[in-house]
Amino acid sequence: MSILVIAEHDNKALNGATLNVVAAAQKIGGDITVLVAGSGAQAVADQAAKVAGVSKVLLADDAAYANQLAENVAKLVASIGAGYSHILAASTTTGKNILPRAAALLDVSMITDIIAVDSANTFKRPIYAGNAIATVQSGEAIVAATVRGTAFDAVAAEGGSAAVEALASQGDAGISKFISEEIVKSERPELTAARIVVSGGRGVGSGENYHTVLDPLADKLGAAQGASRAAVDAGFVPNDMQVGQTGKIVAPDLYIAVGISGAIQHLAGMKDSKVIVAINKDEEAPINAVADYWLVGDLNTVVPELVSKI
Amino acid sequence: MKALVAVKRVVDANVKVRVKPDNSGVDLTNVKMSINPFCEIAVEEAVRLKEKGTVSEIVVVSIGPKEAQEQIRSAMALGADRGILVEADDSQLGALEIAKILKGVADAEQPQLILLGKQAIDDDSNQVGQMLGALLGAGQGTFASEVKVDGDKVQVTREIDGGLQTVELTLPAIITTDLRLNEPRYAALPNIMKARKKPLDAKSPADYGVNPATKLKTVKVEAPAERKAGVQVKSVDELVEKLKNEAKVI
Repeated sequence: MSILVIAEHDNKALNGATLNVVAAAQKIGGDITVLVAGSGAQAVADQAAKVAGVSKVLLADDAAYANQLAENVAKLVASIGAGYSHILAASTTTGKNILPRAAALLDVSMITDIIAVDSANTFKRPIYAGNAIATVQSGEAIVAATVRGTAFDAVAAEGGSAAVEALASQGDAGISKFISEEIVKSERPELTAARIVVSGGRGVGSGENYHTVLDPLADKLGAAQGASRAAVDAGFVPNDMQVGQTGKIVAPDLYIAVGISGAIQHLAGMKDSKVIVAINKDEEAPINAVADYWLVGDLNTVVPELVSKI
Repeated sequence: MKALVAVKRVVDANVKVRVKPDNSGVDLTNVKMSINPFCEIAVEEAVRLKEKGTVSEIVVVSIGPKEAQEQIRSAMALGADRGILVEADDSQLGALEIAKILKGVADAEQPQLILLGKQAIDDDSNQVGQMLGALLGAGQGTFASEVKVDGDKVQVTREIDGGLQTVELTLPAIITTDLRLNEPRYAALPNIMKARKKPLDAKSPADYGVNPATKLKTVKVEAPAERKAGVQVKSVDELVEKLKNEAKVI
């Protein structure tokens, strides 16, 4: 087995999601090569070389890879893909954008969002918003898959000593161009990696109330903040905070759902959390069915009281 | 310009599906089926581009059982001009095969814009648009929350993990829709009646030279692990006590 892992990064630092992908690669077993496609990304390659279990790092450094445009990165991945038995990427928006394109260029099927490795060609993945788990066997010569980060414990970021090799650029495909980016800045832990997540839904009422009520709780717990689709659509918080089938998938030690009813699509993003707490004024809310502890009450009084008592 | 929109017939988003006792799949008998929500957003976007005068004709295509005609008719009721049904057994098709059939349709129709949903809510794959982009050698604007066509280019604002990213693609291009792109309209009754008269072509995968058998085999489908039933706590004090001493998470 020889496994190619596509590194996720911002040209300065390796994203933690890559460590979960390497963990999945180790479960498959075999030589693990990490591909860093970027611009001025030597530091990322150096970090990738230190990751436990990695045997080689390929660095393709070119302006064409600066913003991870799928048209350019997929072309690069496809140019070397045939030399590997597996190509893996994180189930992030970047991984999901690039890998299917690379797989199609290599004329192989792809498996999205694997949560378990049964064997080198057999994997488990959730379907129907997590309401069923499919075991899928690939008959392709190259197994391409994205990995759900929360399902695999990250490998150590230190301890490895892989060699870094330069990889020739495949150039710009010339059909797409990066224009701009608006990244939401936050002092809080990253949502998908946080140990505790505090999420708000339609029940919090307004963007102002979301922050007045939930910020102190998140601050006190050192938690990341999430939201349901209803809260995002109502404009309480930005889109990148959405937890669910089509937003982010989280599995923290503690998930506190405040004013969230618990639609199928929201549960898909958080029901693998270790402990779930629901605070809701509705005794019949579906969220209570997956909660370990649920408290019926007005969030505007319950949450401040909770903050004062922990 | 011509727009091609791909739609999928899927189980309705509000249905809680059940796994079959023999673990062969999910039980879809007598379950409400609908147009995939992301596909509906793709149709709506195409219709809006037509209303702006950017798009002149909207062709909607679905690959699936005969019943997928209903979803094509729904798209026509929303404003699509004609439809193509590529009849095939869904369960045999993977994303790669779907993308190959869509490439065949695109080669025949020569659309400038191809709109798809970012994922189908049944298999949750999020692959077809990207694969089609690869097969056509076209640029892809995935997870789109804003689309602006300008001459022979299209600017697409994409929802990415950290926020938003805007890219510019050369037409023809692929766009896959995110939930925030638009709010799909309801079909008015006269439009539903008119949609019945719009042309709908029937095709098969063989017409596009595609062998529909996927190399991914579903070995079994299981229900996810049940969570242990929780308890209702009566006060904040009780909650804090449980979190500290029973669950030990704070």
